[in-house]
Amino acid sequence: MGVKSWMESWPVYRQWADGDPLGRGSAAKSRTSGTLQPRIADADHVTKSVCPFCAVGCGQNVYVKDERVVQIEGDPDSPISRGRLCPRGSSSLQLTTGDAREYAVRYRRPGGTEWEDLDLDTAMDMIAGRVVASRREGWQWEHEGMRVRRTMGFASLGGATLDNEENYLIKKLFTALGAIQIENQARI
Amino acid sequence: MAECHPVGFQWVMEAKARGATVIHVDPRFTRTSALADLHVPLRAGTDIAFLGGIINHVLENERYFHDYVVAYTNASTLVGEDFVDTEDLDGVFSGLDPEERHYDFSTWQYEGGEVQAASGARYQVAGERVEGKDGSDGPRSGVREAARGEAHGSGGAGITGDFETDETLQHPRTVFQILKRHFSRYTPEMVAETCGVPMETFLRVCELLEENSTPERTSAFVYSVGWTHHTVGVQYVRTASILQALLGNIGRPGGGILALRGHASIQGSTDIPTLFNILPGYIPMLHAESSTDLQTYVAAEKAEKGYWAELGSYLVSLLKAWWGPAATAENEYCFDYLPRLTGSHSSFETVMAQLEGECKGYFLLGENPAVGSANAKMQRLGMANLDWLVVRDFSLIESATWWKDGPEIETGEMRTEDIGTEVFFLPAAAHTEKDGSFTNTQRLLQWHHQAVEPAGDARSDLWFLFHLGRKIRERLAGSTDERDRPILDLTWDYPTKPMPSHPGDDEPEAEAVLAEINGWDGHGTPLSSYQQLRADGSTACGCWIYCGTYADGVNQAARRKPGTEQDWVAKEWGWAWPANRRILYNRASAAPDGTPWSERKAYLWWDADEKKWVGHDVPDFSPTKAPDHVPPEDATGVAALSGTDAFIMQADGKAWLYVPAGLTDGPLPAHYESQESPVDNPLYRQQRNPVRQIEPVVHPADRFQPSGDEPGAQVFPYALTTYRIAEHHTAGGMSRWSPYLSELAPTMFCEVAPELARERGLEHGGWAHVVTARNVIEARVMVTDRMPSLRVAGRVLHQVGLPYHWGPNGLVTGDAANELTSLVMDPNVHIMETKALACDIRPGRRPRGPDRLALVADYHRRAGITERTGLDPAVGGAAGKDGKDGT
Ligand code: SF4
Repeated sequence: MGVKSWMESWPVYRQWADGDPLGRGSAAKSRTSGTLQPRIADADHVTKSVCPFCAVGCGQNVYVKDERVVQIEGDPDSPISRGRLCPRGSSSLQLTTGDAREYAVRYRRPGGTEWEDLDLDTAMDMIAGRVVASRREGWQWEHEGMRVRRTMGFASLGGATLDNEENYLIKKLFTALGAIQIENQARI
Repeated sequence: MAECHPVGFQWVMEAKARGATVIHVDPRFTRTSALADLHVPLRAGTDIAFLGGIINHVLENERYFHDYVVAYTNASTLVGEDFVDTEDLDGVFSGLDPEERHYDFSTWQYEGGEVQAASGARYQVAGERVEGKDGSDGPRSGVREAARGEAHGSGGAGITGDFETDETLQHPRTVFQILKRHFSRYTPEMVAETCGVPMETFLRVCELLEENSTPERTSAFVYSVGWTHHTVGVQYVRTASILQALLGNIGRPGGGILALRGHASIQGSTDIPTLFNILPGYIPMLHAESSTDLQTYVAAEKAEKGYWAELGSYLVSLLKAWWGPAATAENEYCFDYLPRLTGSHSSFETVMAQLEGECKGYFLLGENPAVGSANAKMQRLGMANLDWLVVRDFSLIESATWWKDGPEIETGEMRTEDIGTEVFFLPAAAHTEKDGSFTNTQRLLQWHHQAVEPAGDARSDLWFLFHLGRKIRERLAGSTDERDRPILDLTWDYPTKPMPSHPGDDEPEAEAVLAEINGWDGHGTPLSSYQQLRADGSTACGCWIYCGTYADGVNQAARRKPGTEQDWVAKEWGWAWPANRRILYNRASAAPDGTPWSERKAYLWWDADEKKWVGHDVPDFSPTKAPDHVPPEDATGVAALSGTDAFIMQADGKAWLYVPAGLTDGPLPAHYESQESPVDNPLYRQQRNPVRQIEPVVHPADRFQPSGDEPGAQVFPYALTTYRIAEHHTAGGMSRWSPYLSELAPTMFCEVAPELARERGLEHGGWAHVVTARNVIEARVMVTDRMPSLRVAGRVLHQVGLPYHWGPNGLVTGDAANELTSLVMDPNVHIMETKALACDIRPGRRPRGPDRLALVADYHRRAGITERTGLDPAVGGAAGKDGKDGT
């Protein structure tokens, strides 16, 4: 390192030379921090999204590298949020990529004391079978002499954290099966 | 708002920077209070008294917006002679059947007319139309209980007959004069006594609000579940509506009443309801009594005036979307395929049905009732009685693991080996792993795009539903059972896209589902407006209020023109229902003659040269209807609205200061104490909402406490309220597993005032346990002025505040506040009362094991609690005070 660059790397010098007398701007950069890059710098692409927590609906930019989400930040384009996210929205990366997420089906048999493994397709078949059976057991053509054409055999709860399209399929499928006990978080 | 909707709160701060005054009315001091000009702590559960006091002040001092009130509200309408108000019946309205906990609504109608509710209990009129009766014989209780509370939306409601009006507002039976009499007892003294708000503070709020509600200025109200989680919750919002209508603050920029909702798409899941009582677009679910066939149903439920007159078109289009070619004119478009209600089937009744063994299977799709729903133990007891349970979530939430490690295992009430419930846990995909739209709290649909594929077994709920439906249809294929026709005839052929990391496991195209929700005509061309919908089977539409969100085959919800490149209304960001309209009732932003009330607040106005409404938004009105338009006598539907009928959802086109039909618990709000309150109702002899929904949830694990002056009430001497904080989300399913958020707010705590801490020997940072008739929980003690003690009814009342985010699982754990709450409900919309209760608090941790039950049993004994406690009938205007017969 020459004397000139050595001098120039000295923060006190840079505070005066760079017009940053309080040392809160560029003068505060060290050689290491000068070479740091934001996590998003080498992302392959950015996907436009919406915060999954509350109903303000802040815009999110989802940064993807090698088919993995590497960062989630506020979307400055959003007229609702102007790039901001609150503590919850800022935790979206942990929510979606953190190690608290489960990636395997778990199964507990009646009377069982522990979880067991189960293949997803088998689970889906078993659930379909349970729905068909409970639907039949709880079937009512009439109630107090009036036609009702419904089943009281199974119920569903949830939807406020899901997409409109998902809610639509829940209501459509379960109503077609005759279920009426369909509810979500709207009352909590 | 700064706690629960922090980024939305930036706009409050923007307004403050421009000179707006911010008032925060809340029992606790929060980050919102810290930034407000004025924080007004009040006793939890007394907002109707507080708002009613302001209404009284506005009326007494003639501070209402006269021209707005006369033109746009029903102030001048005359109410029938049979109506008797709370003033004359000790706190109840005419028509009460105290034993049945039910009002006969016929005496609440306008003079000379019958009006159909735009929202709420529309069957009040529907039942009569079906039976062809004059209203003396109302619908059976099953219909009453069926919660038509959410059956609102965009459109008008029915109206028949000619109402009488008095535009001088002087006739004693005008709504205006009734309002004046009704609220006359809500004096500043009474507010102080009831709410614990000093008179000077209260009068300051009145002045600030009144000064800021003029042609030049508008005031907005923002609320959340702090107003709705009460046995009289709907009436809280009603009180604010009355006030805002009187002040001319609705339909105008900067005005309104904004409900801030807690989940990303809780608005969407109400519009496209995963709710028992409505079909998409707030079409009422079929009821066995009034829905024998399509024509009868439509005749009963539709309106004569406004947009609900087209109900038949909306419903037939929905049936065409669901059953496609199978839905024909001959089979009434498969109308008979729809299941019918016979009463209330809200999640709390479902819990009871589980306990009775009727409901055997349960899907939990991103919801965690084992800690998130009222009386969490009841939720778990219900689940323990199921044959099977499917939990779809990110992590192993409490609702997935209660059979192994729930509180009842610890107390010995249940043994894992004895629980017969089969549990499937299926990991869910995150928002970054799927395409789809959320509808935010302002009715705005915003599309989120898939960034990556879900890993392992994680799948979207779209995938789950689609493949579950496919597998069920395969199982039933070939069935000749009539019961299986609806599922076999269902349109279920959504295009799919392959998931490269999960070969053969195709994901349905979310945009194709959105296209079906939007609807198409007979050629498959996407529709652009619900006005194109027909009742002849030529159009299909999955949710009429969302029609237009896929106009021109373009995903309008995915529009993202940067806010900086648009005007302040930002109409090209996402898509708002209905018709991309951003402020509802925006006709009211102009004076009756079509000119803006003021330049400063100009939003929409009539352009006389162009002969149309112009301005910053999509008109909430026929765009060419002149301000002086008078509809012909025989007009129906939209054509029956006059040029000044700004409130197009309402039967008479007016904002309702008084509600002649649609509410189950009164045409006007009245202050009732919560089911459990440490205070006797200072306003009326009637202690509690006489028609609150309570009998259906009576259960040994859901006992109620004595209240007010009743013997035993002193065992639970403190007010209790629950709430959220910025660092966690709802019941914690999406936040207690996050290291960042867990570090920010690491443990369950309770907030108590220094005076209460002294009274009970509570130490800051130490442990306390909180007791109600349901359960006991423990929490770290936060001694703070943020939860102030108040002077109420001549004494000092202490309050206990509990966040409701915690539960036994996750990185940071704690007892769930919902162990303490009960299932008593508001009669309109079946919302439970978690915001105002009474409790005891003691130092130290709660007992473990069976001792926990013993402690609660001891409180029952000391308070004299029996299975009838708190179930007292209403006074009905004559007998002794509600509850005076006590336990
Ligand atoms: S960032 Fe915060 S305020 Fe914005 S939507 Fe998410 S949770 Fe709500």
